[in-house]
Amino acid sequence: MAKHELAKRASKWMEGTGPQSDIVLTSRIRLARNLKSIPFPHLLNDEGQKEVIDKVVQAVNTTTVTGTFGKMDMLLLEYLSPLEKQILVEKHLISPAFAEKKKGGVALNADETVSIMVNEEDHLRVQLLMPAFQLEETWKAADILDDALEQTVDYAFHEERGYLTACPTNLGTGLRASVMVHLPALVLTKQAKKILGSLPQLGLAVRGFYGEGSEAQGNLYQISNQITLGLTEEEIINNITLVVQQLIDQERSARNRLKEELYHQIDDKVNRAYGILANARIISSEEALKLLSDLRLGIDLGMIKDVDPQILNEMISFIQPGLLQGSQGKTMNAGERDLTRAKVIRTKLAQQRR
Amino acid sequence: MLCDNCKQKEANVHITKIVNHEKTSINLCEDCAREYQEQIGFAQPTFSFHKFLAGLLEQPTMMPGKPGISTEGTKCPKCGTTRQIFSQCGKLGCDQCFDTFAAGLSPLIKRVHGRERHTGKVPKRSGQDIMLKKRLENLKRKLQELVIKEEFEEAAKVRDQIRELERGNC
Repeated sequence: MAKHELAKRASKWMEGTGPQSDIVLTSRIRLARNLKSIPFPHLLNDEGQKEVIDKVVQAVNTTTVTGTFGKMDMLLLEYLSPLEKQILVEKHLISPAFAEKKKGGVALNADETVSIMVNEEDHLRVQLLMPAFQLEETWKAADILDDALEQTVDYAFHEERGYLTACPTNLGTGLRASVMVHLPALVLTKQAKKILGSLPQLGLAVRGFYGEGSEAQGNLYQISNQITLGLTEEEIINNITLVVQQLIDQERSARNRLKEELYHQIDDKVNRAYGILANARIISSEEALKLLSDLRLGIDLGMIKDVDPQILNEMISFIQPGLLQGSQGKTMNAGERDLTRAKVIRTKLAQQRR
Repeated sequence: MLCDNCKQKEANVHITKIVNHEKTSINLCEDCAREYQEQIGFAQPTFSFHKFLAGLLEQPTMMPGKPGISTEGTKCPKCGTTRQIFSQCGKLGCDQCFDTFAAGLSPLIKRVHGRERHTGKVPKRSGQDIMLKKRLENLKRKLQELVIKEEFEEAAKVRDQIRELERGNC
């Protein structure tokens, strides 16, 4: 894959179509896997790291893998620019911690539903990322990919501890399932904090848009399982699916209430957001994300009719600093980015109105 | 100076943010500052999750009267990871470490997951041995029980099954 494509092409998850896509943006499965008899990445020298990468390259190039998931490209971190790494983070294809590393690689398929980080904390971090609420399907795909990889590589597996991982928090299934939800009505009606605050008691973690330690910008939250050992994969998926369905129901009823009780205020709010996005000349990513969230709520409530709902999914990534610079093909300082960001959003909205 | 947020109490927390070369100052009272901190959700900057986790391994002697599981000085023969190294980075070094530090890890794993045994997926190829081993163990247990109960006819059948499995293994 030519590198410049990275910034131009949209990931499959940005299409934003599928079950309950008005509230759920993405479903993601991540499996932590290590190779048998090889020390974990933090103990490997360059040569050892390369050996792991070679093994994974071999595993992803088998027809069992490519037949189902398509051709995979292995991008080596040492050949990627800081900007390209940033783009991969913004597309949720690698972790921020991984982007800091000098060695390592990431295998990607064409629609970017599959990304396999090699030599992050574990030898393999297999990720499947799909649009909308389809966690079960995403898990099934991950399971198939996992089996296909295992035909070539030997996994480190322990009878009692399950799949072995560098950090004990990932032991057992090595499975982290997460769902990204857009909850503007629960935030507006001041219920979000309370409801989301109860999730840890159910064994689930809540994070902001960019994972660990990030703020919940644009009313976007990631819900994921905390416990990976002692439950089957199906139990983990079921648990999180049930809880997220509850969350969706709560958000729906909050939206209905807003529409019934505060119609004009909300109508005003979302159309103001539309107005600013369609006309602003300078906009920060923080402000843009907030307004895009409002705009999307307006679309979902039927108050704004001439804008495509996918705009949120696509724009939340494309207004980020890395993708913004990548898609324009030049580096920009913060001031230039704010100008370009405003222009990109204006152009997008103008195209849709036509 | 009054708190910028509630405008009632005296502001005694002063926060300066510099974003895109632009300086903004916020002055808050203690209550509002706490809320602000929760809202932006930052833990102490020096907080390291891995270290925190490793700390859990540090106290094996929680139970009175039960001697601590001394993993002190233990070194993994395969990757050279010691308990001290684990305490520093919170990461195990290789698959062998799970046996090397088995005793010390048990309480840690239980604290993190509430359970100790994996019940999920088993890899099809590299898990074959494990599944075979499990079946053999079960059969051997059954054989012993049958011998004790003097049900020799049944026991012979089980013994043949074990032989067959073991032969298949070679």
